[in-house]
Amino acid sequence: MITVKDWGLVRFLEVLSSKRSIRGLIYACAVTFFFALILFPPILGILLKWNLIGQIFENPALMSRATSAIYASFAIALFVSIIDIIAGLPMAWFIWRRKSKWLDALDTLADIPFIVPTVALGFSIGLFWSDETQGISSLFGASLVSPGWLLIILVHFVFSYPAVVRVMVGALFDYERTYEEASKTLGAAPVTADRTVTFPILKLSFIAAFTLAFARSISETGATVIAAGTFENGPVLLNNLRTSQELGYESALVFVSFILIAVSCIIYATIRILGPKLKIPVRKVWPVAERKLSSHGLTNLRNISTLLVFFVLILIPSLFVALPTVNAVLNGTLNQALSSTGIWQGYWQSISLSYGIAFVATLLNTIVGLPMAVLIARKRLGGLPSTVLDVLVNIPMIVPSIALGVSLSIFWSNFPFVPEIGLLLFAHLAITYPYFVRSMSAAIERVDMDLEEASKTLGAKPFTVFRTIILPLTKYSLFAGAIMMFTRSVGETGATVAVVSKLKTVPVLLVEWIKQTGLATPMEIGLGCGFLIILSFIILLILRGTVRGRH
Amino acid sequence: MPEVRLENVTKKYGKIVAVENVSLQVHDKEYFSLIGPSGCGKTTLLRLIAGLVQPSEGKIFIKNKLVTNIPPENREIGFVFQTYALFPHMDVWNNVTYGPRVKAWDKEKSNRIGDEMLEMVLLRDRLNAYPRELSGGMMQRVALARALAAGAKLLLLDEPLGALDAKIRFELRYDVRKLVKDLGLTAIHVTHDQSEAMAISDRIAVMKKGRILQVGTPQELYMKPQHIFVANFIGESNFLEGYVSKVAQKEITIELRGGILVQALDHKRKREEKVAVAVRPEILMIEKGKKRKENSIFGKIEKRRFEGTSIRYEIRLENGDLMVSVRPALIEKWLDVQEKVTVSFPIERTLIFTYPKKGLKEELALE
Ligand SMILES: Nc1ncnc2c1ncn2[C@@H]1O[C@H](COP(=O)(O)OP(=O)(O)OP(=O)(O)O)[C@@H](O)[C@H]1O
Ligand SMILES: [Mg+2]
Repeated sequence: MITVKDWGLVRFLEVLSSKRSIRGLIYACAVTFFFALILFPPILGILLKWNLIGQIFENPALMSRATSAIYASFAIALFVSIIDIIAGLPMAWFIWRRKSKWLDALDTLADIPFIVPTVALGFSIGLFWSDETQGISSLFGASLVSPGWLLIILVHFVFSYPAVVRVMVGALFDYERTYEEASKTLGAAPVTADRTVTFPILKLSFIAAFTLAFARSISETGATVIAAGTFENGPVLLNNLRTSQELGYESALVFVSFILIAVSCIIYATIRILGPKLKIPVRKVWPVAERKLSSHGLTNLRNISTLLVFFVLILIPSLFVALPTVNAVLNGTLNQALSSTGIWQGYWQSISLSYGIAFVATLLNTIVGLPMAVLIARKRLGGLPSTVLDVLVNIPMIVPSIALGVSLSIFWSNFPFVPEIGLLLFAHLAITYPYFVRSMSAAIERVDMDLEEASKTLGAKPFTVFRTIILPLTKYSLFAGAIMMFTRSVGETGATVAVVSKLKTVPVLLVEWIKQTGLATPMEIGLGCGFLIILSFIILLILRGTVRGRH
Repeated sequence: MPEVRLENVTKKYGKIVAVENVSLQVHDKEYFSLIGPSGCGKTTLLRLIAGLVQPSEGKIFIKNKLVTNIPPENREIGFVFQTYALFPHMDVWNNVTYGPRVKAWDKEKSNRIGDEMLEMVLLRDRLNAYPRELSGGMMQRVALARALAAGAKLLLLDEPLGALDAKIRFELRYDVRKLVKDLGLTAIHVTHDQSEAMAISDRIAVMKKGRILQVGTPQELYMKPQHIFVANFIGESNFLEGYVSKVAQKEITIELRGGILVQALDHKRKREEKVAVAVRPEILMIEKGKKRKENSIFGKIEKRRFEGTSIRYEIRLENGDLMVSVRPALIEKWLDVQEKVTVSFPIERTLIFTYPKKGLKEELALE
């Protein structure tokens, strides 16, 4: 229940909000914040170093490394997103049609790889597939999948799959079952009904899921670096260039970042424009074949293989890190960790840095993202500008994060008074911003305009409308969006390594532990990842709890 | 007091002109209805008065005060939405007392008003129910109570009964009117149901394509429609095409197709003017055989339909035109299909309109 408390601040804001100029000022601040801190630095930075780009053309070796890395990035992203859709669709289906209690648990499990920082995932998956002494490779006495492109694909599949499933489950729940039922009463077999009715209606959500998977794969750095071995895709190359600082590296850095950013934006624009025009074949039907495909046996087979893929390729490898973690608990590493001796002192510092930055970034973005979400959802600036904003907001998400970081650090190097922690914060603000504004603007859009207008005609000032109508009706999305930002910030590696030199967030520290042999034992790394995963679990449970409150 | 005045108000959405140059005066304590076909701009007009949208041109006055710069929250209006727009996250009590709370009235007063309003709409026992737990009729009453609890003296109702089934709709419409009258409010009621508007309004404005065609009491609109569209939209009319052939002191003579002559009381017409003769089906008498009397035409019954309380005849006239007659089912003897008949209608009830340039069909079309 909402009561108007005689709370000074609320009253004050209400009075302020009835002044058009003040409302304009708030929106103006939100838009300025977006352009000045979120959108421009990652784009302008690269352009500032434009003059360096020429150098790479005089260095054929570096050039060919750069082009094949860029090519690898897009090839892997494309492949992974397609596999995601193929494997994710039956899973989303399965969850949507849940008939038993345990599927609820499955639903929760499917979110794990989404919430766990990718570095921990990468380490865990690496252990499972390629460590000769543990995991399934130990059964063969040799590494089953050695670090390289295949391992990268496995890792990318794991962390992008849940996002795809989540988006599709959401779309399926919003979808009116009646259409499908209508199709069935007209005589269509289930597979036919889905293909000709359900899929076309949900097409836009599938496209959104594909875009999300693609962007995540292009962008991911932490786990990719771990899984890459000597193989290089875009983010790995950028990371290697940064650490090695070989001759002419700056030029290659700018070149690769530029190409990655530009191509990502072009692909995103293409998907956005062409996606809605994409046609799913609905005219043709193959009654006999599709009836067979819908048969009980085949349906069961499909469900079983879906679950098999999920457990063998995703869940078990993701949680495999539990093995060294348990070892670490048994052999006393835990005590060292808890007493913060040796490398653990740095670990706990990194943990507090990571969570501190995540907290501040989440808080700031929530405050400045809300007016932006309202602007976009309610088209306060008119149709076209709002659509443009809606598109621009996505850019930090689709741009590879390490390229974003490189550009960002170039940009801010012109302002030497900005401390390193400031850079870190800016990078995290930029990376997480789209996740919040997107989900929040979608949620606000779902609030019926009539409710807002009813509230106005009953005498509510603009801020009162926001506080008593919009906020309560979108609070779950707000909370979910905030947690999403928080987990993305904690797990972020790419942009972070690009902007910091001394400060180490947890993912950066763990990458260092893993990549530099002798720094930490596998058990210590396992425990380091274990703590992160447990913290993520707690967050996941909170998230589930709030989302459940909605039904 | 809350009288509403519109002066040359126009509202455009890009190229679409939703409301075009409307001037209108609604008196204090009047029950006023806006009717017209779907998409004619009724909702837009109501939203303009509420301040939910701003006019592109023109001025709106409430209580003789120009309200252009007053936002809806300060206009002291009550708005009942077609979809009710009850807040789904609040129960009945919190919905109804929302206005007093956001206006920060003192708690005692808010509670008293909430009680009174719920009492009035007979929902005291449902105050803890959420909107999704209520029936359509209950939701409608909550919406009404909520609008009134905010202290509105001007009530704007956008198809408030539109979502209800016919029977409840019929009962509630009188309740709404009674409430408005008992509380001494001014009401502007939007509907596309002409019988609803006729039954409860003091005055009605008929709209078409963003314009107001005629404003008048229900009787005026029925007896003296000033526009051919109104003659067809309020009630029903037969239209016959013809030319003015003779203008006398009192009445004029019109020559219909096939040389048939009829007369009407209308002195504004000129000779040779092309006109449409309008005759309501309920005044069109039918008799067996050929009879000669004022304004009579021969014809043959082509169709007969029993409509529950009345009979509807379609008569093909000797000149090929078609006319409809509606007769009470229990009073008169039923005539058979194919029967040769004479139809007739009184001179003083015969309406004459200038024949529309765009053609009759186009002019009467609802879109
Ligand atoms: N926000 C808007 N943007 C663009 N066009 C609009 C908007 N609101 C209304 N219109 C257009 O203005 C015209 C009048 O609409 P309005 O809703 O006022 O009609 P109405 O008489 O209330 O119709 P109905 O009986 O169907 O409710 C329509 O052509 C409609 O498409
Ligand atoms: Mg309407």
